[in-house]
Amino acid sequence: MDFKKQKPIYQQIADTLCERIVGKELIADERMPSVRDVAVQLGVNPNTVMRTFDFLQQTEIIYNKRGVGYFVSPDAPDKVLELQRKEFVEEDLPILVQKMNMLGLSFDDLKKNVEERKNL
Amino acid sequence: MIDLKNFSFSYGLAPVFENINLQFKEGSIYGLLGENGVGKTTMLKCISGLLRPQNGSCTVDDNISFDRKPEFLENIFFLPDDVPLPDNSTPESFFHDLAGFYATSNADEMHRLAVELKIDPKHRFKEMSFGQQKKSLIVCALALNTRYLLLDEPTNGLDIPSKADFRRILSERVGGGQTIIISTHQVKDVENLIDPIIIISNSSVMLNASVERITEKLYFEYGGQQRPDALYSEMMPGGYLNVIPNEGMGESQINIEALFNAVLRNQNAIASMGI
Repeated sequence: MDFKKQKPIYQQIADTLCERIVGKELIADERMPSVRDVAVQLGVNPNTVMRTFDFLQQTEIIYNKRGVGYFVSPDAPDKVLELQRKEFVEEDLPILVQKMNMLGLSFDDLKKNVEERKNL
Repeated sequence: MIDLKNFSFSYGLAPVFENINLQFKEGSIYGLLGENGVGKTTMLKCISGLLRPQNGSCTVDDNISFDRKPEFLENIFFLPDDVPLPDNSTPESFFHDLAGFYATSNADEMHRLAVELKIDPKHRFKEMSFGQQKKSLIVCALALNTRYLLLDEPTNGLDIPSKADFRRILSERVGGGQTIIISTHQVKDVENLIDPIIIISNSSVMLNASVERITEKLYFEYGGQQRPDALYSEMMPGGYLNVIPNEGMGESQINIEALFNAVLRNQNAIASMGI
């Protein structure tokens, strides 16, 4: 039985910032909190937060205005969703399927439960 | 840059370091880890010019430490675990006495940091608890703003909230070009702060690598089983923590205690992985 993997700290910080983007706390074309502020708030090494920002830039969730700082991309919520979907399919789903196999549950067995939850 | 070249040190006939090469580059918070008595404090004393290596050299920005030239001394500060404090002195008077030697010192910053760590700079050391004394000394050391700052077991004696405050005020430091070395065996206190990580054992440097490099080469897996190929595994309430060679598994969250145990138990395997 595998457990959900423990992501490196820089990715955990990225997840938190993504949540803040989806939750509209950080808004398109507005400035991101600075690397330093995030680092100090969390008490982590700023180089780690720098990696978070590099990662978010590579995935086009944020962009860099030279000499000004980092800003939230206009389509950041969509990009976050895209990233989280990919992560669900590649990382969460295999664990779920493994567990279903272990417990002898088929997709059909769970269909009703899934439908019920969807309507909540 | 701090540069130890073919560096050997011994107390009498007991070798502490044998022919090590180690560099500390600018702008990082290094974690210096090792078992008790392995020589962490000795290394800091050599770097700060208090002890002279028998062989090889220890230089800081090309100045030999033990020459103790003014241009070397004004750029480095070593805060030992145990500092003898003059009677009736206060953090303010202690800082004032030191500040004259360091052009970079900043009294305003000392007061700001004192507020953050909740200490009173006018309070006498002898009326403080051990933890308060420790915090006061950390505040003074940071406010000297030296290019190199060596902290020996800085979280020793700090209460739980103070440890978080300590991490916060240290994380502010990176990026200003300051190099900080934290020697500790309490790795949980500084887990997400120190990077790169240095592990010393058996008179040698076993590891000197960034967290990124370490997690590229080693995978920290939490699973239901103990892995036969693990460099180290440890039973936990939820199963096992395994440290295994990372073969294209992506990055995981580093666990420094497990890393430390893996390095000490599998020195050859770790060395051959070229971390």
